[in-house]
Amino acid sequence: MDLVLRFLIGGAVVSAFAIVADLLKPRGFAGLFGAAPSVALATLALTTAHDGSAYAAVECHSMLVGAVALGLYAWAVGRLVGRRHMETLPATLYGIMIWFAAAFGMFWGFLR
Amino acid sequence: MIGIDGSEWKQTRLREYLLRFVIGGAITVIAGLIAKRFGPAVGGLFLAFPAIFPASVTLVEKHEEEKKAKAGVHGHRRGLEAAAVNAAGATLGSIGLLAFAAATAALIRRHPGLALGAATAAWIVGAALAWLCWKRIHKSRLLRSVTVLLD
Repeated sequence: MDLVLRFLIGGAVVSAFAIVADLLKPRGFAGLFGAAPSVALATLALTTAHDGSAYAAVECHSMLVGAVALGLYAWAVGRLVGRRHMETLPATLYGIMIWFAAAFGMFWGFLR
Repeated sequence: MIGIDGSEWKQTRLREYLLRFVIGGAITVIAGLIAKRFGPAVGGLFLAFPAIFPASVTLVEKHEEEKKAKAGVHGHRRGLEAAAVNAAGATLGSIGLLAFAAATAALIRRHPGLALGAATAAWIVGAALAWLCWKRIHKSRLLRSVTVLLD
């Protein structure tokens, strides 16, 4: 039941941010929503209710590292697509490796 | 100028919204499962996983190409440029996401009821300020180039 609730809330929050992004201009400003805290809002609301605020606070410290990794990932995708003219779908999919490398590299370097 | 433009929204099909709903829901579930299995420190990383970005930026490219095709122009290059601008926006948005995480970490123990609202406000302010600074830097670079050309 908890997983179904997570799925529905996560899907709804992500969709809401996506709709707002589709309605805004210019494109660069709408792009800000590509890094919206959609998963974080859905997860932290449920986590605080189920596991308490101390547990959620630990997640937030790691999220700082994840956010830096997201910035690096989005920057790399922009370079691959804009400068190297790589197709967007493969650039975003292969680029996920950058997120994993940056997030877990910084996690092991600073937080572990 | 920041404003509302419904053309991108009108181009988006129902199945494209459904796709984003399913991806968003799935990643929220996966983030929860990872936190349960490996603990909140590892699970927290996935709160900043690029859930919405790959689908959004791919759709931006596709929609731009479709727009150009309707006008009888081959718009592949323009589609890639639009996707790159969108990705630049997401890079700046990650600064807002850092502000969100920092605000939540600072507030959630003492004010759990207020923390997420305040953090969302921090995200909006952080992301908007980053975007405005970026625009200003670009504008001044453009002005400098024009000045050099005129001299």
